[in-house]
Amino acid sequence: MTAKARPKARPYVDARAQKGLWAASRFLVLRRASQLFFLALFLSGPFLGVWIAKGTLASSMTLGTLPLTDPFVFLQSLAARHWPEGLSVIGAAIVLAAYLLLGGRTYCSWICPINPATDLAAWLRRRLNITFTAKIRPDLRLYFVGAVLAASVLSGSIAWELINPVTALHRALVFGLWFGAGGTAAIFVFDLLVARHGWCGHLCPVGAFYGQIGKVALLRVTADNRAACNDCMDCFAVCPEPHVIGPALRGERSGATPVITAGDCTVCGACIDVCSKQVFHLGLRGRNAVRPDPSMTAPSPVARVVSSQPAVLERDLP
Amino acid sequence: MSDSSSGIPRDPRRRKALQDMTRFGGGAAVAATMLTAFGVSSRAKPAQALRPPGALPERDFLAACVRCGLCVRDCPYDTLKLADWADGPAMGTPFYVARNVPCEMCDTIPCVKACPTGALQHALTDIAKAKMGVAVITSRETCLNLQGLRCDVCYRVCPAIDKAITLEISHNARTTKHAIFEPVIHADDCTGCGKCEKSCVLTDSAIKVLPIEIAALKQDEHYKRGWEEKTKAGGALVDAPLKLPVRRPEGGTP
Ligand code: SF4
Ligand code: SF4
Ligand code: SF4
Ligand code: SF4
Repeated sequence: MTAKARPKARPYVDARAQKGLWAASRFLVLRRASQLFFLALFLSGPFLGVWIAKGTLASSMTLGTLPLTDPFVFLQSLAARHWPEGLSVIGAAIVLAAYLLLGGRTYCSWICPINPATDLAAWLRRRLNITFTAKIRPDLRLYFVGAVLAASVLSGSIAWELINPVTALHRALVFGLWFGAGGTAAIFVFDLLVARHGWCGHLCPVGAFYGQIGKVALLRVTADNRAACNDCMDCFAVCPEPHVIGPALRGERSGATPVITAGDCTVCGACIDVCSKQVFHLGLRGRNAVRPDPSMTAPSPVARVVSSQPAVLERDLP
Repeated sequence: MSDSSSGIPRDPRRRKALQDMTRFGGGAAVAATMLTAFGVSSRAKPAQALRPPGALPERDFLAACVRCGLCVRDCPYDTLKLADWADGPAMGTPFYVARNVPCEMCDTIPCVKACPTGALQHALTDIAKAKMGVAVITSRETCLNLQGLRCDVCYRVCPAIDKAITLEISHNARTTKHAIFEPVIHADDCTGCGKCEKSCVLTDSAIKVLPIEIAALKQDEHYKRGWEEKTKAGGALVDAPLKLPVRRPEGGTP
């Protein structure tokens, strides 16, 4: 409910002033690096003749030994009644296991090629002060997952891949099939003008599928330092799924865990970057301890922030 | 579970949730229907778009192929392409157009080996048994050999020369003194590689590879071929000459 507050145009200002530029943009930089890295794995072959990863995000072969297959595509193929023959079974199992450890929708914020486009739309929205947004409930996408699986059963084909803009963009980048990037352009316009975080936050069934994995995944963001929160709302302004923050951040009174357990969280770390009070950190599901209220131990608010800084930074470095 | 006996919850928030569920459920059903229709219509692909060796029949292929492009990457002749939105075959699926780059029928069939899903069946180990399509002389009116000339190019380039394509000699009725060497394709041995279509010297190839479901049909179940059944049975299927009823007008004499 608190997420409904109108986002600030420049939510990072406080964090930069108090933590410095790097600490206020670490996760953003790392995420862009990761997105480029995973793209480069696929592009070194066609451009430099050095083949690292072959294929696409739907299924790939890395260095001729590591098969990886998107479990959502795999599931649709099963629904379409194809029993796979070959490496895709192992590939899907490996990817599923990896995301069970690494957070589910980490796919969305660290790998998916659409993410930079939807991030850009969200950023422009803040800067241009576009406040209009169509109201779509975030769980609409779960219905889409069901629709996609039903269509796979009924049509006997991998239904979402017939139109999936995510893999289409990846093929555009890796195979040069540029029409496929059209869907991404449409998503950008939709996110910018029609609905805030419209695509990734409400519609994309791929993200919704990974979100289901995220519900039990080990790696999470935790608001373990929530006692330090000064209600600036900056984290709500930058989070692509603002509804996930509330329960963890405001769970003090009800004794709820500070860990962001909702599967929708993309583990993008924007909240970690933007928080000038170092409330958020990377953590593990089940590690429910909160940091002691600093006001009990530290004499003044200024000293509190300064003294807690170095330890926090060390712990967070990946 | 509901707050009232009528089944409609009185609590406005729960009522809203129920309404949302119905609305979203309806929306999802519409989406599923549209996607299903699109999935079914995607089975129709342009006749000139051929699938790689060993591909499952189109319907099963669309259930199996994850659009990874590994077959495309491992094709040494750049024969295979992934379909873009506007290309015709289902988006992201591999295909080739014989007139552009035909399949060179690699002995090791790297495309099939690369396929992680079995959309290209790993059971195909002898490329001569591949069935990507079947060549057909689609234009008898322009094929040079059929005009009585000796072009023979499609016949010469065929990797299965004298099996998949033979030249059948007949009388040239136009000149009355020459022969016609007609290229005839034998579906049993033709792999559909498309070398013939690629090399036809005409502006528009007179020989084209068509999908097998169009050009090479299976023998009908209910028409038995007596001579084949006879060999299968190892002898005549009926013991004695049949006594057939004599048909003549009643009271007539033979
Ligand atoms: S929600 Fe979909 S488009 Fe958005 S980042 Fe995740 S997979 Fe990509
Ligand atoms: S058999 Fe060889 S040339 Fe033909 S599609 Fe496969 S890899 Fe390409
Ligand atoms: S390798 Fe197999 S699954 Fe991948 S694109 Fe080719 S046919 Fe499809
Ligand atoms: S497609 Fe043409 S060249 Fe290839 S096997 Fe058939 S007849 Fe021969």
